[in-house]
Amino acid sequence: MWIAIRLPQLPLEIFLRGSSTPEPFAIEERHRVLACDRKALARGVRAGMAISAALALAPRLRSVPRDPAAETEALLGVAGWVAQFTPTVALEFPEGVLLEVAGSLKLFGGLASLVERLRRGLAEMGWSAAFAGAPTPRAAFWLVLDGREKFVGSLEKIEPALAALSVEVLRRDDETQAALETIGVRTLGELRMLPRNGLARRFGQRLLDDLDRALGRLPDPRNLFVPSARFRAGIELPAEVAQAEALLFAVRRLIVQLSGFLAARSGGVQRFVLGLKHRDRAATEIAIGLVAPSRDAEHFTLLVRERLSRLTLAEPVREIVLQAADILPLAGSNFGLLLEQGKPPGNWEHLVERLRARLGGEAVRGIASQAEHRPERAGVIADLDEKQLELDFGDRPFWLLEAPRPLAEIGAVPHHDGPLELLVGPERIESGWWDGGDIARDYFVARMCNEALVWIYRERRGEGGWYLHGVFA
Amino acid sequence: MAGMSLSFAALLERPGLWRGDSLSRAAAPALGTGFPGLDAELPGGGWPAGTLTEILPAHQGIGELRLLGAALAGLSRRGLRLAWIAPPHLPYAPALAAAGIDIAKLVIVRTASARETLWATEQAIASNACGAVLAWPRAPKYAELRRLQIAAEGGRASVFVFRSPEAAGESSPAPLRIALAASHGGLAVRLLKRRGAPLPRPIILPAMPPAARGKDHHVDRHPAAAAAA
Repeated sequence: MWIAIRLPQLPLEIFLRGSSTPEPFAIEERHRVLACDRKALARGVRAGMAISAALALAPRLRSVPRDPAAETEALLGVAGWVAQFTPTVALEFPEGVLLEVAGSLKLFGGLASLVERLRRGLAEMGWSAAFAGAPTPRAAFWLVLDGREKFVGSLEKIEPALAALSVEVLRRDDETQAALETIGVRTLGELRMLPRNGLARRFGQRLLDDLDRALGRLPDPRNLFVPSARFRAGIELPAEVAQAEALLFAVRRLIVQLSGFLAARSGGVQRFVLGLKHRDRAATEIAIGLVAPSRDAEHFTLLVRERLSRLTLAEPVREIVLQAADILPLAGSNFGLLLEQGKPPGNWEHLVERLRARLGGEAVRGIASQAEHRPERAGVIADLDEKQLELDFGDRPFWLLEAPRPLAEIGAVPHHDGPLELLVGPERIESGWWDGGDIARDYFVARMCNEALVWIYRERRGEGGWYLHGVFA
Repeated sequence: MAGMSLSFAALLERPGLWRGDSLSRAAAPALGTGFPGLDAELPGGGWPAGTLTEILPAHQGIGELRLLGAALAGLSRRGLRLAWIAPPHLPYAPALAAAGIDIAKLVIVRTASARETLWATEQAIASNACGAVLAWPRAPKYAELRRLQIAAEGGRASVFVFRSPEAAGESSPAPLRIALAASHGGLAVRLLKRRGAPLPRPIILPAMPPAARGKDHHVDRHPAAAAAA
């Protein structure tokens, strides 16, 4: 089952989905009106009209040339969003997206429910859309091109469903259309009545092939849409916006698109950047970071709203761009049997990466024991997941000071916040003569006045003296 | 509708509700502390997971790590990670290994500022990739701890936040707060706050002095010195 989505207002909506203009607005192509907004319609402007005629009807009409590049980008954006419902997505330029949904219907609660979700999501992104469905992609697209929101369930029913469609859905050049009209063929049904070899001679084999593909008699392979690795989407604002909060409406449309894009990739983002482009100044960039990867559009909207509410724009905004580069895997939420099941276990490597990304690689380390008698070498900072030795040391403190701290000695008794009571010891450690880092110390477990236990030693070389080396904790 | 109605008894089965005179049940299975006397007084019968626990030692070195030793050992033996965020000193591998902790599961995060400490703690908690998160934030504010508590809720990590004893007087979003003090060679554990009836008297845990080892050992004498001796 294929669903065809058509965005009939795409050329107009790429300009108007972010904000409206106070004046009537139209898109022009070759000096004619291609599409116009309601304000222009109310004044009698119609598609196909010469711009000069439209201006006579609506003198304040703003017309901008059609922007095919932006339309293509928008269509790709829509494809990236619908890919959350099925991996099989194909494009029908300039305004159609086809999706194969046989495998997705059950998951999304049936055809009607899926179409409703598509319609709602597209509306949230600012697109008006028409839908049709058929077992072949071509039949589905022809139905929607002809303005019929019809869903054909089986191959045999395609032919009667297509019979009434205008031959314009074939999208042939003007000459072919005129020729068909001359011989009195207005619908696909009438076209099918003509003898096949005559048709092929007169209009070429491709026309017949297209018909056969629509009917499912010839295969109709499609180039499938491949989502990009990064997300980037923008909206050009026809009227500059000076209030930061007024941008939220437009940003929200892009956030919905981002959320669908992430769902299609079973991913989330931990950081996205909203760029606000101005006429003269450099763009204002708002980076939004999250504690954990997410694709929750409501959450994103809240964060953006918070930031926009604190923002004072230096200059009005002409265009907004939403970007996200690092797509992190994010499992879909499962519906558990119990609500108290808790969060799913997280990914350890990602945590380490995030911590290292911000704090530096050396900030996140493990520890290890080494076969060494010298205390400062027996327990060290080490690489994460270093293989550990099973070693038996004597009584050792949980904390080791980075460097031994000299202790006061009063009346032959070491002091640390008061006199220290020696409990256990001495443990003599003499080692390291072979590498020059040799030590000779007598270690004691000592009790402080406040009853904390510490690990101290008496230096047996040079000046001697007492040192604090560890805390038992 | 019968299925919708909740009896009072069923309500009391919920982890978030408890009778004023009894202890709440823990949402997540608790970890035994290794001290039956303490387990008996902790809601759920041990250190809770998915929530913040504050530990306020009267002085550093009073026994704050030994208190957690059994729980950390158990978690690490189950293959769970133990994140130590901004510890005051180097956690000493020989001692931790001797306490039964699989030190390969330990990760130390060193930070340059109080803000980084809070950020890293929140990351470690929110990732839900650790069995325990131990953090030493510098003078955390109520709102900052609240952020950590929210991040911890529903997760599997037991989160221990070490604070100075002065913090006992401040209010805190942590559902469990424990003050530690020395008591005649033992460790006095006072439950400042728990989900359930307050406990006026401290629990006294036995002292855990390192075993007596008076004899000389670990002598790798320099051959020359040995000859001279």
